[in-house]
Amino acid sequence: MTTDTQNLTLVQAVRDGLETEMHRDEDVIVLGEDVGKNGGVFRATEGLYEAFGEDRVIDTPLAESGIVGTSIGMAAYGLRPVPEIQFMGFIYPAFDQIVSHAARIRSRSRGRFTCPMVVRAPYGGGIRAPEHHSESKEAFFVHEPGLKVVVPSTPADTKGLLASAIRDPDPVIFLEPKLIYRAFREDVPEGDHTVPLGEAAVRREGSDVSVFTWGAMTRPTMEAAETLASEGVECEVVDLRTLSPLDREAIVESFEKTGRAAVVHEAPKTGGLGGEITAILQEEALLYQEAPVERITGFDTPVPLYALEDYYLPSPTRIEEGLREVVDFP
Amino acid sequence: MSGRGGDADGLFDRAPDDRVQVLNEAGELVGDVPDLTDAELVDCYRWMRLARHFDERAVNLQRQGRMGTYPPLAGQEASQVGSAAALDDDDWVLPSYREHAAVHVHGLDLADILLYWMGHGAGGWGAEANVFPAAVPIATQIPHATGMALASKLRGDDAVAVAYFGDGATSEGDFHEGLNVAGVFDVPAVFVCNNNGWAISVPRERQTASPTLAGKAAAYGIDGVQVDGMDPLATYAVTRAAVEKARDPDGRPRPTLIEAVQYRFGAHTTADDPSVYRDEAEVEAWRKRDPIPRLERFLRETGRLDDGRIADIEDEVRATVTAAIERAETTARPDPASIFDDVYAERRGELDRQRAALNRLRERHGEDGFLRD
Repeated sequence: MTTDTQNLTLVQAVRDGLETEMHRDEDVIVLGEDVGKNGGVFRATEGLYEAFGEDRVIDTPLAESGIVGTSIGMAAYGLRPVPEIQFMGFIYPAFDQIVSHAARIRSRSRGRFTCPMVVRAPYGGGIRAPEHHSESKEAFFVHEPGLKVVVPSTPADTKGLLASAIRDPDPVIFLEPKLIYRAFREDVPEGDHTVPLGEAAVRREGSDVSVFTWGAMTRPTMEAAETLASEGVECEVVDLRTLSPLDREAIVESFEKTGRAAVVHEAPKTGGLGGEITAILQEEALLYQEAPVERITGFDTPVPLYALEDYYLPSPTRIEEGLREVVDFP
Repeated sequence: MSGRGGDADGLFDRAPDDRVQVLNEAGELVGDVPDLTDAELVDCYRWMRLARHFDERAVNLQRQGRMGTYPPLAGQEASQVGSAAALDDDDWVLPSYREHAAVHVHGLDLADILLYWMGHGAGGWGAEANVFPAAVPIATQIPHATGMALASKLRGDDAVAVAYFGDGATSEGDFHEGLNVAGVFDVPAVFVCNNNGWAISVPRERQTASPTLAGKAAAYGIDGVQVDGMDPLATYAVTRAAVEKARDPDGRPRPTLIEAVQYRFGAHTTADDPSVYRDEAEVEAWRKRDPIPRLERFLRETGRLDDGRIADIEDEVRATVTAAIERAETTARPDPASIFDDVYAERRGELDRQRAALNRLRERHGEDGFLRD
């Protein structure tokens, strides 16, 4: 069986994924600020308003808690809303709705009410945006039982993971790395295409050190891995893709092969997912451990204004340095 | 002014402080009796008596250590019963934590309500009635009602979503966001503010400088109406009109904000001591407006109730509440491992590992290894 493909950017894959799922299921409804006539500030919903009309692509008032709270009511009623929060830095007004209600309607009602909703938000830094436009606070949501958290890093994964998220019976926080919205293209299957939630992808095989990363950090990590390969150090790069649930098996399996690990994320170090991954390795593969796990992350500071954001985000050079620490230990 | 039909009685065509009243404080008729049968009118009385007795027993259960913290409703029966009696079964109720009477009138079993306050996850919210789980954070259920109403409208259904909340909730962002979105999309929702005068210890005057809460509706382009919340016939009439306006299939469904002015006679919860922050004279003044004798007098004087029927209702109410308490107290403690259920639709590896770890400890140490008393 051959599958036709389209060569798409990551943000075009978001759009294609939304359109495909909206055709497949008339309960899927997109809503948010500027998602309708304007097609989204990043064009992620371009053309959907024309294709599906104002009842399925809804321009809402500027009200993050209202958008997510309304989506919760719609989801409990039986629709599948896909609200957009324009930037992750603006998600905080909706935080109460997400963690107090979306995450626990199923458990609070012993399964009678559910919240099949996908909160999409452009995420992360590196696009020279103003303050509050560059946040990567995935850890807040990974910490909350009842939620799933997804961060794609390629166009094909974006479409496939978004489809799985929309079809998922539970609420999903879908974080789109906007730094790579248009950074490259990839062949993406046309029509129906899913990638299962909860499964990591090995982007590069290697035997010397395992590098766990996701989203926009996958590319500088791959770059650093190629540099180290030219020096004879083979990195295994594991793109986690889904942060909740974490693919513990893939993490442990890779580590058992290499005995050394690093985590690369752009979120602040303290309380970030790097600590969780380190703990998993400590719990499940301690005897394989040959070096301390290195966390190559953003700093414990607000994301700086853009004149300094390159210093904040892990760069290929910082990643290389961190990986050398791991490989050279002891 | 509504100007969009469904307002034959002019209930929405009045100033925000022009409080709707059908029975005055003495139980005298000062408005139009709503279109209810004699049996339905007596039902409203019976439900209010049931709510009052349920409330007294629930507070006592807490005092005796047989129930956890409980939020009493005494004084608020008329608004809860009157408004909920105006709904159809298909309509949705999205309550706060004090709406025991409203959710019971809408179909939730009393024992299930007790179980929730006794800390049982099995209690209440799995029932068939169209009642959403109680929202404990303030005002968060308001956008949910907007969303349910929007979904009902998009699906072409008749269902109206009714959110209940207190006066304190009108200070929260979700009140404004929920009503604003509802107004923009013309959703079939009714927002019932049970203004009982106090958000724990903070008086209504400290919530807002607005002269009325009903008047806030103007900011969202929807009707706002103030009603005597201790008058069950007035709360019924206003809610019924709002529901019909929301459902109006020929016109444009419109949401409504209802401010039901009332008083909570007791504490915010059983953990609260209201004597710290309010005068007993204020409570006594409000007790004169008690909704139950008010409706009783009207029903007696119009020949719908007599001593015999009232005594029967008293017996029936006591038996009903006693049976509910018995059912709640004999319901088995939930299986400890059930805390891992219903977190996600599918079983999840990490949760399964944690469940297995809990069960291993239970096997090794028994329940004594966990329970504090």
